[in-house]
Amino acid sequence: MNIIWNYPLLTIVLSLFSGPLCMMLSAKAAKNYTIAYESVLVGMTGCVLGYTLKTGTAFTYTMGEFPAPWGNEIRAGCLEALIALLFAVVLLCSVTAGYHFVQKDIDESKINLYFSLLNLLTAALMAITWTNDVFTGYVFLEILTLVSCGILIVREIGRTTLAAVRYMILNLMGSGMFLMSVVLLYDISGHLLMVPMRQSLDEVARNPSSIPAISMAVGIMTIGIAIKSGLFPFYFWMPDTYGRATPTSGAVLSSLVSKAYIFLLFKIFYRAVGIEVIRKTPILMILFVLGICGMIVGSVSALRASNINRMIAFSSAAQIGYIYMGIGIGTVAGFAAAIFQILAHALTKSLLFVTSPYLAQVSGDSLRFKALQGSAQRDPLAGRMFTVGALSMIGIPIFAGFSAKLMFGQAVVLGGIKWKTLVVLAALGVSSVLNAIYFIRTLIRIFFEPDSQAKTSKRSRPVRDKSRKGYLLAGMVLTILNMFLGLFSWVISDVIYRGLGMFL
Amino acid sequence: MIRNLLNNYEEAAAVILFGIGFTTLLFNKNLIKKLIGMNIMDTGVFLLLASMGYIRGRKAPVIENGVTDASHYINPVPAGLVLTGIVVSVSVTAVMLALTVRLYKRYHTLDLDMIYVLSKHQKEDR
Repeated sequence: MNIIWNYPLLTIVLSLFSGPLCMMLSAKAAKNYTIAYESVLVGMTGCVLGYTLKTGTAFTYTMGEFPAPWGNEIRAGCLEALIALLFAVVLLCSVTAGYHFVQKDIDESKINLYFSLLNLLTAALMAITWTNDVFTGYVFLEILTLVSCGILIVREIGRTTLAAVRYMILNLMGSGMFLMSVVLLYDISGHLLMVPMRQSLDEVARNPSSIPAISMAVGIMTIGIAIKSGLFPFYFWMPDTYGRATPTSGAVLSSLVSKAYIFLLFKIFYRAVGIEVIRKTPILMILFVLGICGMIVGSVSALRASNINRMIAFSSAAQIGYIYMGIGIGTVAGFAAAIFQILAHALTKSLLFVTSPYLAQVSGDSLRFKALQGSAQRDPLAGRMFTVGALSMIGIPIFAGFSAKLMFGQAVVLGGIKWKTLVVLAALGVSSVLNAIYFIRTLIRIFFEPDSQAKTSKRSRPVRDKSRKGYLLAGMVLTILNMFLGLFSWVISDVIYRGLGMFL
Repeated sequence: MIRNLLNNYEEAAAVILFGIGFTTLLFNKNLIKKLIGMNIMDTGVFLLLASMGYIRGRKAPVIENGVTDASHYINPVPAGLVLTGIVVSVSVTAVMLALTVRLYKRYHTLDLDMIYVLSKHQKEDR
C-alpha cells in the first residue's frame, strides 16, 4: 500500500483537527496556520491526482480494513482528486485574498473562530468529495450546511443573520429530503456503500414496475440537492446570502459549497444508482428544463440588480443552471461539460467575489453601481481582476468560461437529439448575450466616470497594507488557472473523461 | 391501495409526519414553529428507518444464549443511522435556536415576514 493511499483520509482528519486547533490560536496565528495548512492540502490533493493519473486506476481505502458491504470507504479516482484540488486551491486563494475584509468585518476576538469554521468547512468539503458511502455523504452535508451558516453570520449585521436564517431553512428542507431519500434507497437496496447499492439497484431495476419507486427516491434527493445548490426556482436566497457575507465567505459559499452538493449528486447518479437506471427515470429531463430556465432567469435577475454583489450572485444562479443543463443532456460528454463548468465557475466566481469589495473600498464603501463609477481607475489592480472575471463569465476565448460553453455545445451536438441541440444552443446564445450585457455594462461603469460625478464622488486611495500582496498573489493564481483552463481545456477535459471512466 | 396503506401503516405515518414537518418548515411564519416543523420532519424519517429496520419476532443484535445465527437478530444498521440522525438533528436545532435568539434580540419579533420588512428599513449596504 502506497503512502499516497492515506492522503484522502488525512485531508479529512487533519482538517477536522485544525478546526479546534485554530480556536486556541490567536487571530494572526490562526490565519497563518490556515494558509499553511491549505497549501499542504493543495500538495496532498495534487499528489493524489498525479498518482491516480499515473496508475490509471482509482483506489479504495477501507476504514478499519472492514471489507465492502460492511465497512466505510473512501475512494479516490482522478475526478475526485481534481475536484478536491480545485477546492483546496480556491479555498487558499479566497482566504488569502479576502483577509483584509475578514479583519474589517469580523470582531478581532472572533477571527480565530472564523478560521476554525473554515477548517471544518474544508473537512466537510473533502469528506463529501472522497466518500464512498451515501450516509457519510449526508452527515457531512449537514456539517457543511451548519458551517456555511457559521461563516455567514460572523459578519454581525442584522441582514446577514436574516440571510443565514433563510439559507438555513431552505438547506434544512434540502437535507431533510436528502435524508428521506437515503433511507428509501437503503430500504430498496439494503446497502449504503455506493458500489453495492448500485449493484443491487441494477438488479431491482430490471423489473419495470420498480422504476417508479426508484425514481421517487432519487427524485426526492435531486430536489433536495437542487434546493441546496440554488437551481431555478430555488435561487432567490442567493443574493442576500452571497452578497452580504464577508468576501471570503461569499467566494467559498458560491464557488465551493454549492459545487460540493452538485458533485455529491454526480457521485450518487453515477456510482450509487447507476446512470443507466437514472436514464430510465424522468429526472434528467426535469433537470434539463430547470437548468435552462435557471440560465435565463438568473441572467435576467442579474440584469436588474442595482448592486454589484447582487449581480454576481444572480449570475451564480445562471451558472448553476448551466451545470444542471449539462447533467440534463444525459450523455457522458454532457456530464464532462458540467464538471468543466464546475471548475471554470469556481475559479471565476471566487475571483469576482473577492474583487468587488476592493472596488467598493475606493468608492465610499458602497457596492451600488452609482458609487462604483470610475472605481477601476482608483484601484487599477482590482479593476483588472474584475475584467478577467467578467470576460470569463461572458465567455470570451482564452478564458475558462468560453471552453465551458464550447464543451456544452459540443456535448449536445454529439448527443444527436435535434430538439435538445436547438434548445441548448439557443439558451447558450441568449444567456451569453445577457451575460455580456450586464458584465460589459458593469465594466464600462467601473472604468469610466462621468465628469459631473467625478467632483462629488467620495474618492479614496486603495488601502495598501500587507494583505494587498496576498490579494495580488491570489488573484494572479486564479487568473492564471482560469486562462489555463481556457487555453488548455483539452488537458482538463482529458482528466475529466478518465475520471468518469474510473467512476464506474 | 388502502390495504397497502393499512399494511404499511408505520411507513404511511412516517411519510405523513414528514409532510407535516416539511410544510410547517416551509410555510409557517413563526421561527419557533418552523423549528418544531423541522423536528417533526426528522422524526418522520427516523420512524421510517426504525420501522423498516424492525422484523417481527427477531431480537436486538446482542448475542443471547450462544445463538450466533444472523437470522435470529435484526439488522443493527438502521438503529445506528437513527442515532446519527438524532445527533445531527439536535445540533442543527441548536444552531437554528441560536440564530432565532439573535434575530429576536434585534427585531423583537419571531415573525419572519415582519423581520424581513423591518430589515428593509435598515441601511447597512456596504
